Amino acid sequence: MMNNTLKNHLCKLPSGYIIVGKWHKHSYKMIKPLGKGANGVVYLAESSKGLVAVKLSDNSTAITSEVNVLKHFSKVQGVALGPSLLDVDDWFDPYSKKVVCFYVMEYIKGEDFLSFIQKRGKEWIVILILQLLSDLEKLHQEGWVFGDLKPENLLVVGQAPKIRLLDVGGTTLKGRAIKEFTEFYDRGYWGMGSRKAEPSYDLFSVAMIMINACYLKRFEKKENGREQLIKMIGADETLRKYRKVLVRAIDGKYEHAREMHQELMAAVIDESSSTKTKSRSNQSRKRSVQKRYQKRKKRSGVLETALIVMFLLFMYVMYLYGELL
Amino acid sequence: MRKGTLKQILLITDGCSNHGEDPVAMAALAREQGITVNVIGVLDQDTIDESGLREIEGIAMAGGGVSQVVYATQLSQTVQMVTRKAMTQTLQGVVNRELKQILGSDVTMEDLPPEKRGEVMEVVDELGETAELEVLILVDTSGSMKTKLPTVKEALFDLSLSLNARIGDNHFAVFVFPGKRRDVEKVLDWTPKLEALSTVFPKLTSGGLTPTGPALREALTYFKKKRSLRSLISSDEQYFEESSM
Ligand SMILES: Nc1ncnc2c1ncn2[C@@H]1O[C@H](COP(=O)(O)OP(=O)(O)O)[C@@H](O)[C@H]1O
Repeated sequence: MMNNTLKNHLCKLPSGYIIVGKWHKHSYKMIKPLGKGANGVVYLAESSKGLVAVKLSDNSTAITSEVNVLKHFSKVQGVALGPSLLDVDDWFDPYSKKVVCFYVMEYIKGEDFLSFIQKRGKEWIVILILQLLSDLEKLHQEGWVFGDLKPENLLVVGQAPKIRLLDVGGTTLKGRAIKEFTEFYDRGYWGMGSRKAEPSYDLFSVAMIMINACYLKRFEKKENGREQLIKMIGADETLRKYRKVLVRAIDGKYEHAREMHQELMAAVIDESSSTKTKSRSNQSRKRSVQKRYQKRKKRSGVLETALIVMFLLFMYVMYLYGELL
Repeated sequence: MRKGTLKQILLITDGCSNHGEDPVAMAALAREQGITVNVIGVLDQDTIDESGLREIEGIAMAGGGVSQVVYATQLSQTVQMVTRKAMTQTLQGVVNRELKQILGSDVTMEDLPPEKRGEVMEVVDELGETAELEVLILVDTSGSMKTKLPTVKEALFDLSLSLNARIGDNHFAVFVFPGKRRDVEKVLDWTPKLEALSTVFPKLTSGGLTPTGPALREALTYFKKKRSLRSLISSDEQYFEESSM
């Protein structure tokens, strides 16, 4: 919890405001706030290296933990498991006369997961989730569990939409206790398992993200969490297609993200091959009926114009004939 | 190889004490014994009177702990967050003291360059994961708290779920105040599993007094007579040599 006045002040740095790091002396010009989280506020800023995201906080513990995680990730070559870390420093805030910790990371320009789905359609859910599962597999292989997996921590980036993970504050070493979580996505809350950091913890959250994305809302737990979730899955057209995978994820049956990826992919292929044949035969039938109907209409049209032309011609002949007389 | 034990009291209340010693003084006493006092204030609608709020903050400050005021519905997340935050805070205090011993001056983690800070934080994380933890939960059951007790119970199960995912051992005990005959009454003796609570909580009856101070004082006597992490440090021994790092 941040001190309230300090927090308010930190969230309202004016555009163009420059902060300079105490240790490394790099300067950053604030452009606008990108968002506010439990542990601090994130600004879009300009640096000598271009646009960056700067996270400011008076909670040095939280900042240091996040930096530790980001540092580990930057060691993973070739894959982006979070924003890359650019700088860590302190800034003396003249307003509160206190030292504020900050770190600088790659600015990820994208759209948040749920609004992307709303705009582009539900068919994107499974695609983005498959991407997410691939990223999680790598993260788990590195010995980490993301922990606080939720739509707010997912951004969709680029022309060829790709999912990116944000906010590594909850990322925990495997085998330890989950550091940060959000009830709706937490299997402990739903009575479906422990808060030990293991891949199946993240995979439960993935299933909940899919449910969240289809209903576009969160809901509270009633008596029997499992039954309630299974009912919700059955009641939605999109979720029903992946029912088997979702239930297995909720039950913690997947030990690795790649297993869930495989089975989800299989369900997608299954679904598209069955709907394709169905819709193709439907469509071709519809099209031929339409064509025949159009043809008949066209023919009768030709007849109509021919009759009119003949009639006019006849009248014209009659007229000429009358003139001549 | 001996690991340190973190000792905490978690006080859950909804207002001001009105009987006996000043609870802020009792919290200061707890701190002297190496026991951290955390306070969670449970709100009904959006009302908590100024003096109640001041007392909640005062107790936590004097007890070296963390305080937070929440609505009953947010209790679960808050209970675990407050407990963990207080653990980190205590451990950081321990590590800071170590730093001072090593570096000889008034150095805290914030005075280190950011690169070094990360290493210190990893130590704090490691300790938080592996340290033994004793939490004595002290629940105010007077007056208006009564309707919130089912929520409190749920929040405590949730706490147990969070903490039992740690590698280190946990011991919980639950006391309520005011008790039938004494200022506090034990409803659950030291146990690693808070789930055992389900049978004892609904039986409570309560009167009008809120003896927060006396309850805190008595609660202190129920801690196991083990040396706390704090007293380990103050007794000039090198904590780092005792625990496995
Ligand atoms: N690297 C980044 N690029 C773009 N936007 C970001 C970046 N980091 C954070 N944000 C935005 O800031 C918000 C809050 O940051 P976050 O790290 O989630 O805070 P907290 O960890 O305190 O909850 C995010 O929801 C996101 O919208």
